[in-house]
Amino acid sequence: MNAKLTRRRFIKGVIASSVAAVSSGSALYVNAASGAVHLGIVERLITLTVNGRKRRVDVLPQEMLADTLRKRLGLTGTKISCNRGECGACTVLIDDLAYYACSTLTHSVSAKNIRTVEGLQAADGTLHPLQQAFIEELSPQCGFCTPGQLMSAVALLQSSPKPTRQEARQALSGNLCRCGAYEQYLNGVMRASGQKRQTGKTGL
Amino acid sequence: MSAFDVMSDTELYQPVTVEDAVVLASRLAENAWLVAGGQDTYGWLKDRAKNTQAMIELSRIPELSGIKRSASGIEIGATTTLTEIANSKLIQQLIPLLGEAAQHVASPQIRNVGSIAGNIAQDTRCWYYRRGLSCYRAGGNLCYADTPEGMNREHCLFGASRCVAVSPSDTAPALVALGATIVIADSSGNHTIAAEDFFVGPDIDITRMNILKPGQIIVSIHIPADPEINVRHYFEKVADRNVWDFALVNIAVSLEMQAGKITKARFVCAGVDCKPYRLKEVERYCENKAAGSETAEGAARLAAKGAVPLNHNHFKIALMQNLVRRALRG
Ligand SMILES: Cc1cc2nc3c(=O)[nH]c(=O)nc-3n(C[C@H](O)[C@H](O)[C@H](O)COP(=O)(O)OP(=O)(O)OC[C@H]3O[C@@H](n4cnc5c(N)ncnc54)[C@H](O)[C@@H]3O)c2cc1C
Ligand code: FES
Ligand code: FES
Repeated sequence: MNAKLTRRRFIKGVIASSVAAVSSGSALYVNAASGAVHLGIVERLITLTVNGRKRRVDVLPQEMLADTLRKRLGLTGTKISCNRGECGACTVLIDDLAYYACSTLTHSVSAKNIRTVEGLQAADGTLHPLQQAFIEELSPQCGFCTPGQLMSAVALLQSSPKPTRQEARQALSGNLCRCGAYEQYLNGVMRASGQKRQTGKTGL
Repeated sequence: MSAFDVMSDTELYQPVTVEDAVVLASRLAENAWLVAGGQDTYGWLKDRAKNTQAMIELSRIPELSGIKRSASGIEIGATTTLTEIANSKLIQQLIPLLGEAAQHVASPQIRNVGSIAGNIAQDTRCWYYRRGLSCYRAGGNLCYADTPEGMNREHCLFGASRCVAVSPSDTAPALVALGATIVIADSSGNHTIAAEDFFVGPDIDITRMNILKPGQIIVSIHIPADPEINVRHYFEKVADRNVWDFALVNIAVSLEMQAGKITKARFVCAGVDCKPYRLKEVERYCENKAAGSETAEGAARLAAKGAVPLNHNHFKIALMQNLVRRALRG
């Protein structure tokens, strides 16, 4: 099952990259009249893979992924707070790695798998184990940072299914929580990974 | 200055080979901005403190990415991310100093996209300059940080020349300490330069932090590493918060050891000068001495020799002394 998936991904990757190579071309096109250079200039109309679905969308060259997700695709689960890579509210997964969507050009991830908080629950509405664990541990307080915390936690459990609390703390360290619910989020990660809380003396 | 949510209109180029990127970069010259992970770039463009007509994205060029063993050490492609560097077994084995430095940059999400070339070529973080004020560095005739009311807790101790900004990079001092070289491509071919000579202070060029000219692209970074030589590495970063914050002072140290004695020492700090600052007096003092508390005390006294503090950054002198002390105590 796993091997199959990897092979499929690999083939998909190869197809995607050869398309990229063809569409960017390696010849240099210079417009004789204006002298403008058209080498590898992006097309605005692109296909994004978001939560496993192909979405055709018109994207400005300088557009950030958080804007594309929220304003063009209606995926408002991804929050924008600082808009400068300093808080983590906009965290999404790009090929399983956590990125700040406010600081990622949509065009730079057009050949990759984009996963947002909307893509976490199963088709039948069952919550992701981390979502369920966050509820049971009362992790969110106001909830604004929660989608970002979830995505960082998902990235962690995918690469390390049984992290220590310290590893979880590191993995979530790029996500601010104004309510200060850090320990509660860590409790959620430990619960979702089927482990004890591993807390220190404070008993949190 | 008002902050904007989105960047103003630009073109975006995504070349897939280095040759194409070089052609684009030399054609568009100062009208284009090279982008790898964009983590230093987007803030400038969103704030409109700097602008560009076109971005040339380098992250689709496969030959610019990856970590390889080379005959003399390790070769790292320009767009290799800081996460890849921090997690690399090869780097952990041969040049752990660089892995440590990369691990201390910003936050996990920024390390996942931020590149090594972008990290060393990033601009300074002086907030007066980043706010788009017309300071010396921006072509004006005043340094806002170096006035009686200037907020200069984060600024320099050494190398001031009108501008008092500092080099913010965590990996730059590590690369200088490791004796790395940088390969730069332009329309005339490839050029190699020592990491130490890559950085320039305001006395040489007040508008740039390094020698890169429009049309030039960093291709790779080479770090010599000989497993036969016994080397001790030390990296430490002092910042207000463990995540996101730039170093107030960081230190990267490489000590070659033979029979318990230091045979060659490199001590480099960021956050104290406009470029990575080599503590040459400390280096000389350490040679032919054993690492340990006695050497540490002597070296610490030389750590900040010649420092010219500003109103609010005297504390950096003590930081430098303590970091040197800790590096030698191990
Ligand atoms: C919130 C925040 C916190 C940060 N904290 C830290 C920190 O603690 N320590 C630290 O060291 N840095 C920090 N950074 C700075 C920096 O963004 C990252 O370190 C990152 O490594 C920059 O790499 P990049 O590829 O994203 O840069 P980019 O923005 O893509 O590039 C930065 C500069 O380098 C040039 N450049 C990039 N690649 C090349 C190339 N191949 N050839 C020639 N020029 C090139 C670009 O033109 C640009 O001028 C922080 C940034 C943010 C937003
Ligand atoms: S909104 Fe992206 S990091 Fe704050
Ligand atoms: S729960 Fe309110 S910001 Fe984190």
